[in-house]
Amino acid sequence: MALVDIRPTVRRRISQTLIWIGALVVILLIALMADWENIRKQFLNVAVMKDLWPEIVLVGMRNTLIYTFISFIVGTALGTVFALMKMSKGPFSWFATAYIELFRGIPALLTIFAMTFILPIAFGVKIVGGAVGSACLGLVIVTSAYTAEIMRAGIEAVPKGQREAARSLGMSPVQTTLFIILPQGFRIVIPPMTNEFVMLLKDSSLIFIAGLTPPTKELTAFARDGLSTYGSPTPLILAAILYLIVTIPLTMLIGKLEKKLAVRK
Amino acid sequence: MSSGNLHPRDTPDPSAPPIQVVGLHKSFGDHEVLKGIDLTIERGQVVCVIGPSGSGKSTLLRSVNLLEWPTKGKVVIEGIDITDPDVNLDKIRTRIGMVFQQFNLFPHMTVLRNITISQEKVLQRSKAEAEEVARAMLERVGLSDKVDAHPSQLSGGQQQRVAIARSLAMNPDMMLFDEPTSALDPELVGEVLDVMQSLANEGMTMMVVTHEMGFAREVGTRLIFIDEGVIVEEGDPREVLSDPQHPRTQSFLSKVL
Repeated sequence: MALVDIRPTVRRRISQTLIWIGALVVILLIALMADWENIRKQFLNVAVMKDLWPEIVLVGMRNTLIYTFISFIVGTALGTVFALMKMSKGPFSWFATAYIELFRGIPALLTIFAMTFILPIAFGVKIVGGAVGSACLGLVIVTSAYTAEIMRAGIEAVPKGQREAARSLGMSPVQTTLFIILPQGFRIVIPPMTNEFVMLLKDSSLIFIAGLTPPTKELTAFARDGLSTYGSPTPLILAAILYLIVTIPLTMLIGKLEKKLAVRK
Repeated sequence: MSSGNLHPRDTPDPSAPPIQVVGLHKSFGDHEVLKGIDLTIERGQVVCVIGPSGSGKSTLLRSVNLLEWPTKGKVVIEGIDITDPDVNLDKIRTRIGMVFQQFNLFPHMTVLRNITISQEKVLQRSKAEAEEVARAMLERVGLSDKVDAHPSQLSGGQQQRVAIARSLAMNPDMMLFDEPTSALDPELVGEVLDVMQSLANEGMTMMVVTHEMGFAREVGTRLIFIDEGVIVEEGDPREVLSDPQHPRTQSFLSKVL
C-alpha cells in the first residue's frame, strides 16, 4: 500500500541503494571466505618483494616501457603510411591491403618469432639490436597493421569539405594531407589509439620468445624469473600492479586531453 | 585539342574574361547533371545562379575550379584552359576564391591560422606578412576580435565571414560562392550578404549560387536560371525576376518568391 505511493524518483534511489548494499555484502562474503594468511604468504610475500626491488622497476618495467614506446611510435608512423597507401589507387593499395590482412591475421607471437628466427635465416640479414631489435621489429609490424586500419578510419572520418577547402586555396594533395587531413584524423583516433597502446604494452611481454638476456628482460619475463627463483607468485602480482600503474593514469590523462581538444573539433 | 600548345601559358591574360565555360558536360555514373553549358563571365560581373535543387547549379560552380572534373568541355580561367593536364592547377586555384555552404574552416586551427596557412604554404609569404594580411582581412569582415578563437566558438555567420576572409587573403581575381547562406540561421544571413555586397561594390568578379533572390536583385549584375543541366534563361536580374520569359523559370520563381 505504502509502496504504491512512493514517487518514481525516490523508488529509483531506493533500488539503487539496495544494489550497492547487495554488492558490498557479496564482496565482504568473498573476503571472509578467503584464506588471508595463505594469500599474504603466497602472493604478497614481503621478503620476495624486497628482494625484487628496485630491479623489477629499473630493469623490467623500464624495458617494457622502452619496447612499447619505440614500437608504438615507429608502428604508428608506419601504420599511417600504410593507411594512406591503402586509400590510394593501384598497386600500393593492393600491397597495403595484403600487408594489413597478413599481420592482423597472424598471432603477434608468431610474427615476433618470424622476425627473430626466420628472417635472419631466410635472408641472411642481421637486425640492429640483436634479439631485442628483431622482437621489437615484430611488434612494430603488428602495431602498424592495426594502426593502419585505425588511421584509415580516422582519415575517412574527416569531412570531405576539408580537403575541398584546402585544395581550392591552392594547397597540393601532399600539403592538404599533411596540414589539414592528418592532424584532424589523429584527433579522431585518440580513443582507439589509446586502446592500441595499452594492448601493445601488454603484448610487449611476447618478446620473451626471442630469448632475452637478464638486462633486456621486460616486466613479465622478469616476474616469471622471480616465480621460478622464489617459488612464489608474488612477482607476478607485483608485475600486474606495475602494469596498472602505467595504464590507469594513462587512460585518465588521455581522457582529459580529449576534453581539452574537444573545442577544436 | 592542344596541338601546337605544348607549353600552356601559366600567366593570366588580363584582357581575357575571368571565367569561360565551353560546352561543359558532367555525368555522375549514368546520370548527366550538366548537359552542355556555355558561359562567359566578364571582369567585375556579379553572376547569380539560381535553379531548383538537383538542377546542376552547384556542380557548375564546382566545375569552375575543377573540384568537379568535366566529362566533356573546357573551363578557361583568364585565358588559360585549366582542363589541360599540363596546367599547374594549384597555382590557378589561388586566383579563384571559393566559399562553401558548410564554411569548411579548419577546426583544429585558430581563426588566424586558418587564414595564414595557405598564404605561407602556397604563396610562400612570411609568417609576419601572412598575419598582417590576415588581420587586415578580418577587419574587412568585421571580426578583428576573433583572431585567436577556434571555429567552433563562432556563430555560423562569423564562420562564413572568416571563410571569406581566408579566400580574400590569397588575393583572388574572382570568387565563387556555393550557397553561402543556406546553412545559416535566418538572422545571420544579413551579415554575410553585407560582406558579399561590399566585395561586389569593390569590383570583385563573383559567381554566386544562391537562393537569396533579394541579393540577386540588388547586387547581381546578371542572373542565370539553370534547370535539368542547361541554362534555361539569363539576363538582367530585375528583368528575369519580375518578368521571366520561359515557363520553367516562371514556375520556379512562383514557388520561391
